Amino acid sequence: MTDARLTVDIPAGDGWIGELSAGERLRIVDLRGNQAVDTLFFDAHDYANRYSAVDTLREQGSAYLTTGSRLLALDCVPLVTIVEDTCGRHDTVGGACSQESNVVRYGVHTRDMHACRNTFMAQAASWGRGLDKRDLGANVNFFMNVPMSPEGGLEFVDGISAPGKYLDLRADRDTLVLISNCPQLNNPCNGYDPTPIRLQVWAAA
Amino acid sequence: MSTTEVILDTVLEPGTGWSRVCRRATSLTITDLEGGANVPALLYAAGDPLERYCMPDTLKAQHISRLTSGVALYSDMGRVLASIVADDCGWHDTITGHSTAEIVAARWGRLGYQEARNGWRRSAREALLTELWKHGLGARDLVANINFFTKVAIASDGSLGFVSDHSQPGDAVTLRFELDTLVVLTTTPHPLDPAPVWCARPVRLLVTDSEPAGADDSVRSACPENERGFAAAEMTLR
Repeated sequence: MTDARLTVDIPAGDGWIGELSAGERLRIVDLRGNQAVDTLFFDAHDYANRYSAVDTLREQGSAYLTTGSRLLALDCVPLVTIVEDTCGRHDTVGGACSQESNVVRYGVHTRDMHACRNTFMAQAASWGRGLDKRDLGANVNFFMNVPMSPEGGLEFVDGISAPGKYLDLRADRDTLVLISNCPQLNNPCNGYDPTPIRLQVWAAA
Repeated sequence: MSTTEVILDTVLEPGTGWSRVCRRATSLTITDLEGGANVPALLYAAGDPLERYCMPDTLKAQHISRLTSGVALYSDMGRVLASIVADDCGWHDTITGHSTAEIVAARWGRLGYQEARNGWRRSAREALLTELWKHGLGARDLVANINFFTKVAIASDGSLGFVSDHSQPGDAVTLRFELDTLVVLTTTPHPLDPAPVWCARPVRLLVTDSEPAGADDSVRSACPENERGFAAAEMTLR
């Protein structure tokens, strides 16, 4: 593959926002393993037409994301497709942590801890162009393992990722990507030790 | 207990939409009159619709992948907007979304108002947006919805399968509102329903007054998470 046009490491608790042109490829590398990467996608020309987890799951007929998963916008047309995946399974039902959901799940002593939705809002504010909390729908949690049972249960469990695992996304149209590298310390989604990720972008082949 | 006062009792026709601010200490009972109904629904905090029903927070707080009696419906701000206090059918989907005009055309064929008058085939998306627009809201406010009366089974390998004949004639589900809540819903078929003919069904909507959740309420005490979610909701009342 040619040289990446972008290579950047994102520390835990930090984020990234940027555009992919149609045909470009984004690689997300879980450098040290078991790191949840909370990610949102938007039609770069119409932010109201954003990633829709529920349309994506219904149309693919499966509750998890992996190679071949087409991540649909609200118009049910793909924004990006997972074209390579060395991890094997990613969540899109568990959502992003927030100070408010941490209080519900773990107690008021977690209220002041850093959370993904704060990163989403900060990145959106830095991007400008009207993007804000109203645009935050259900996200993808790359490398996160949230199995659902036939009986109707759901659990956050130890990741199935490992150091160096990665996935490649191909942009099917011009797409804005918004990432929070998850700072959660209260559940196993980051192995209780949030770590950096690497992003690489290649131009269309 | 005081006598329950009926605030609204109406039948919502198949293939249409409805919205209403349901106040704290009222309940909404939705009855599937004929069986096989699907009712896509969204909830917003009345007065601040930037706070809205949050599928992920609802599921992960209660370690569930479906909704039924005893479940609290959370906003994205950690507060319980409503509780499911009664349910005849045991499973309401919230992970598979709703129909668009393109889906309706592909599944059942487009049928416009010119041809069918009020029997036209409106998608859930069109019906939900129409109701959202009435409240100054729109596409940016569309989040993962509830599908009352629909079960999409999750196999152990993750594959999803629509369960036909899940909801029976007369099956009902009751929401008790813990905060003033804008309810937006529609009576439109689920995109995965394999029925070969358009299968929108009517539902009865019954709004009554109801007692707020007490200290020993079963939804509140179902798990420590719900205790905290109710406390956060009640904090906004003071």
